[in-house]
Amino acid sequence: MPGFFYPNEAELQWGLLIVLYPYITGLVAGAFIVSALYHLLKIEALRPVSRLALLTALGFLLVAPLPLLAHLGRPERGFEIFWTPNLSSAMAGFGYIWLLYLLLVTIETWLVFRPDIVHYAQTRRGWLNPIYRLLTLGSHDVSPATLEKEKRLVTTLSAIGVPSAFLLHGYVGFIFGAIKANPWWSTPLMPIIFLVSAIVSGIALLMVIYLAQMKLQRMPVDHLCLRSLGNWLLAFLLADAALTFLEMLSFAYEQEESWEIISQMINRSLALQYGGFQLLLGLFLSVVWLWTANTVRAENAPRGTLFRAVAALLVLGGVFAMRWNVVIGGQLFSRSLYGVRSDLIFPVLGQDGIVTALLILALPVVLVFLMTAIVPPWEEQRPAPVPEAESPRS
Amino acid sequence: MKLSRRKFLTLGGGALILVLIPKGIETSLAGTAPETAPSPIGDWTKEWEKHYWGFAVDTTKCIGCGRCVVACKVENRLPPEPEFTRTWVERYVILEDGEVLVDSPEAGMHGFKDEVANARLRGREIRRSFFVPKLCNQCDDPPCVQVCPVAATHRTADGVVLVDRKRCIGCRYCIQACPYGARYLDPEERVADKCTWCYHRIAQGMKPACVEVCPVGARIFGDFKDPESPVRQVLRKFSVGVLKPDLGTKPKVYYIGLQSGVR
Repeated sequence: MPGFFYPNEAELQWGLLIVLYPYITGLVAGAFIVSALYHLLKIEALRPVSRLALLTALGFLLVAPLPLLAHLGRPERGFEIFWTPNLSSAMAGFGYIWLLYLLLVTIETWLVFRPDIVHYAQTRRGWLNPIYRLLTLGSHDVSPATLEKEKRLVTTLSAIGVPSAFLLHGYVGFIFGAIKANPWWSTPLMPIIFLVSAIVSGIALLMVIYLAQMKLQRMPVDHLCLRSLGNWLLAFLLADAALTFLEMLSFAYEQEESWEIISQMINRSLALQYGGFQLLLGLFLSVVWLWTANTVRAENAPRGTLFRAVAALLVLGGVFAMRWNVVIGGQLFSRSLYGVRSDLIFPVLGQDGIVTALLILALPVVLVFLMTAIVPPWEEQRPAPVPEAESPRS
Repeated sequence: MKLSRRKFLTLGGGALILVLIPKGIETSLAGTAPETAPSPIGDWTKEWEKHYWGFAVDTTKCIGCGRCVVACKVENRLPPEPEFTRTWVERYVILEDGEVLVDSPEAGMHGFKDEVANARLRGREIRRSFFVPKLCNQCDDPPCVQVCPVAATHRTADGVVLVDRKRCIGCRYCIQACPYGARYLDPEERVADKCTWCYHRIAQGMKPACVEVCPVGARIFGDFKDPESPVRQVLRKFSVGVLKPDLGTKPKVYYIGLQSGVR
């Protein structure tokens, strides 16, 4: 028996697309953090994926507003958020924050890849040549002095980028955390939970894309890099687990008015998605796999990498389940606190359908693969520096 | 689709309300089309300062007939489906073992004759049962106005929260932010919609449609700036409560006889 719902609660307001929205922005934030770990904290082991991390962040960032736009009742008015924002709205800032962050990531990516672009513009012929020439933006100066200056600029942009990434994704958490009408969302922990799970998902995504690309391009996997990624993932996963536990503990211990219905929802409607996918697969088992990977001897490095790949896939699924449990979970019980449901049906076709969601999710992956084809971020394919750049700096 | 729904409401609904409502009210309900007659009160934006509207609901009087829901659908030309509703009636049944059963079949618009819901009550000992009509609380601190990213939802100076249907982008943040479930997405225009206390009527000195048709006077409407208005009298005579006061929204629908457990 579902109990009582207000009549207007019969419709699911935020569906699959709104699940994708925090999922995709989270992947952006996480991937960017990895590039920052290399540029700011100078973690050398992460060098092989540092440039891929930027392309990944950029690809997913470009797509991030799409699910939002697609879910609007009046998508043609979507840009009103830019022109006439209501400053008291926690949602109104998203457009600006997204735009600023896009600008930052684009500039940083361009600077990092500029020497490659200049090289390709000078050496590659054929139909791609105009694209490279366009991408240079007319700047062909790759002298050591300029590159050194740009390197410092990249470090600065990374330093600004980290709080921006936190802002972008913590903000998405706040959009939910600030809804006092919904006890499942309304917690000050929400932004920080979103943030940590974002970092977790971004690192996992990077591991998966990197391994997939190495396999496709038949290039050797840098197992040390994977080990480093795996350990960063493990560290953030443990923080994620602690926060998840803390949130549930305070819900269950405080036993506020809403707990009766929320506990029913977790046990009945979300048993599989929460207990199974988010906690067991996404947190517990992935921690176990990452832990086990660290016990593998150095000479068996490929096996360690395999374990980490399994963990990364589990994490990607687990974080998706987490977004699902927040967004959909928040609409599975009545705000009257007299009803719980689990019989939601998601349309396959249509503006809000599963097909649209899958297309939107596939789009950034395609974008990243496209970008890695145009400017390969791999160390092995780094073009030999142009003669002037080769001369040692005096 | 669009035309048939509209036609259904204007024709079918119009006929329905003539049957349902007491005599003498048809004229006031019919005279709402703004283009037919110039507003009797001139520049009504200046009227804003003169009023501060308020609403009271007497749960001890409501008989759950659902006329208010029907009148609202007709007056405001709402979609006929119960899941897009500006007002509804809930039935609370509190059993002797403390269990609370709530229902609102088809938003209560056809009363409470639902066999399935009533079968649940057979053989159970009932402690108390009553009806709670619900509508927009026109909160003084409305979360829907706070969260609207484009300020399509706004508060008027006379204390009513309205949606600018030409501005709304249909993001549904306001629907999520309303603790009372008062809002829905209009399935035709894909914009947020909610009760306006029949703003088009009250601005011309009439009562909201639901107040007008209530056969037992369970819905009470008035102006807080008028000492003689019915809402002021209710607040003087009765102890009243508002829904979910702990959320700090400052609702302006006051309930007489509000039982604890009503949410």
